[in-house]
Amino acid sequence: MTIDFLVAALMTIITASTPLVFAAVGEIVAERSGVLNLGVEGMMIVGAIGAFATGIITGDPVLAVLAGAASGALMAFIFGCLTLWLLSNQVATGLALTIFGIGLSALLGHQFVGVTLAGLPRLDIPGITDLPFIGPLLFGHDALVYLSVVSVIAVAWFLRHTRAGLALRAVGENHDAAHSIGYPVILIRLLAVLFGGAMAGLGGACLSLAYTPLWIENMTAGRGWIALALVVFASWRPWRAFFGAYLFGGITIIQLHAQGLGVAIPSQILSMLPYIATIVVLVLISRDDVRMRFNAPACLGRSFHATG
Amino acid sequence: MALRFEARGAASRAMVLGSPAIAVVLTLAASLVMFASLGTDPVRALQAFFIQPLSSERGVAELMVKATPLVLIALGLSMGFRANVWNIGAEGQLTLGALAGGGLALALYGYESPFLLPLMFVAGIAGGMAWAAIPAFLKTRFNTNEILTSLMLVYVAILLLSYLIHGPWRDPDGFNFPESRLFHDSARVPVLLQGTRLHIGWPIALAITATTWILLARHIIGFQIRVVGLAPAAASFAGFSRTRIIWTTLLAGGGAAGLAGVMEVAGPIGQIVPVISPGYGFTAIIVAFLGRLQPVGVVFAGLLMALTYLGGEYAQITMNLPNAVTGVFQGMLLFFLLASDILIRYRVRFVP
Repeated sequence: MTIDFLVAALMTIITASTPLVFAAVGEIVAERSGVLNLGVEGMMIVGAIGAFATGIITGDPVLAVLAGAASGALMAFIFGCLTLWLLSNQVATGLALTIFGIGLSALLGHQFVGVTLAGLPRLDIPGITDLPFIGPLLFGHDALVYLSVVSVIAVAWFLRHTRAGLALRAVGENHDAAHSIGYPVILIRLLAVLFGGAMAGLGGACLSLAYTPLWIENMTAGRGWIALALVVFASWRPWRAFFGAYLFGGITIIQLHAQGLGVAIPSQILSMLPYIATIVVLVLISRDDVRMRFNAPACLGRSFHATG
Repeated sequence: MALRFEARGAASRAMVLGSPAIAVVLTLAASLVMFASLGTDPVRALQAFFIQPLSSERGVAELMVKATPLVLIALGLSMGFRANVWNIGAEGQLTLGALAGGGLALALYGYESPFLLPLMFVAGIAGGMAWAAIPAFLKTRFNTNEILTSLMLVYVAILLLSYLIHGPWRDPDGFNFPESRLFHDSARVPVLLQGTRLHIGWPIALAITATTWILLARHIIGFQIRVVGLAPAAASFAGFSRTRIIWTTLLAGGGAAGLAGVMEVAGPIGQIVPVISPGYGFTAIIVAFLGRLQPVGVVFAGLLMALTYLGGEYAQITMNLPNAVTGVFQGMLLFFLLASDILIRYRVRFVP
């Protein structure tokens, strides 16, 4: 009984954390290349509706997931064109992307309100998934959960151990130097931004395909912003972002269970917890000014224009 | 042939004003395409959006009603944006202002006095300032990013509002609806024009615009804000305190948003309801940029953005278009504006 409850709680924590893992790891890649994209919330919500609409129309979960990633990347492309080519302010453009994305998703999702989707199929290996405790926790998730873990491993390895990853970090640390030794700064940044968008779109797809398989206006509810906070919390490192995402997923689910168990605190006050936790964590991590400046990519948020 | 951007020697003043005009034209063109792809007659849709609302006295009055909070909030935000202080939590500060001022009206329910309304305004301003003081304190004391903290506080504020009207502030005779009771007459903002909802908030917003203009253009604090934003190093050599600028701009933004909030609940709404603002706090960010972070520009930009809200309502009623079109519209406008802004500092050259 208690074991079943524990497994159920841990399973929901994993489902709640996966969107944050995707969005945060994607944003880490973009920010490591020196681009601050504050439009994660907008890319996520457009990814959510893109995936959901495709899922309803085609009935194919693979296509739905791909559509989620593509919608996020498309949004990121708008951001990339504006900030990289037209040199617009990255903070303002990111805000615009979020405002636009929330409006666009509501417009596209208008006809899907109240429709439900079957949800993503879960892995089910006879004999193994049925193992007590370990079985469902390790072998009982949908494909996106496994993909999120793979993406953390892949991004961590890419940034640390590949030549391309080194080039990306060089562009993020000093774009003038990177340019002068021949790296295509704008192209590298565009690719990083597109990757970040696709990952945010996948995060949105998790929400509308797995977490709550239906379309609700504004269903991301600030998760994109929490993902941005996670990037800072993780000092721009993928594995730390992964654990941070699970910490936040855990807080979200624990407050939901507390509401369900009838704790004498009003539900709205409990629902504030993830947002307040984000603020507290940000304060703790950014208190040390020197460490923050040491960890943040040096060219984060600065436009690059090659003269000559 | 290729396109190349060449840096101008100095920022083009013509383009500072020209770029919003270009952005509006491009947004209109893009929305023609959007409406056509939605399967509605684009010309009729644009007419419903931009012409119909302005063809009656009531419509024009309603335009100013909606522009009031936008202008107020954008004035405060533009001070911060000039100094690179990114307060994007105005929606939460507006909510806290509405709760502080509205809470006072509920606490003094039935109390008839000409001083009640001004007191509510003060409470609203204080509420908004208190909410903005949190990111200001965290930024100055702990170096915490104000973008993320102010935004997180929006969600906290909206949940607080939800808690209050589902619990302690719910109307005792309201059939369990999550709404407060209606404010009594002394706690309502006076209407200026009979038969419309136009209230004294609009002239107040214009007066605050004039004050802000004087502060920014003629007072030392306006100069300091600009220097801190444009050249932080020069500002610190000159002895301008960055901490002071962060506090000033965040408190100004929070106070303005709080005033806008209390005017909404004591004006057009008349009680505390679950949704006080249709995103005025976020739209005001666009208003600030579209108005070139200048007080006078903000007034015109506020009227234009108010028109997109009003047009969205008309288009929803007359053409059954989803209300979300307004958000898409506003987002596109900001995109095109940010894109055209490159013409301020660069000129376009065609390279054969």
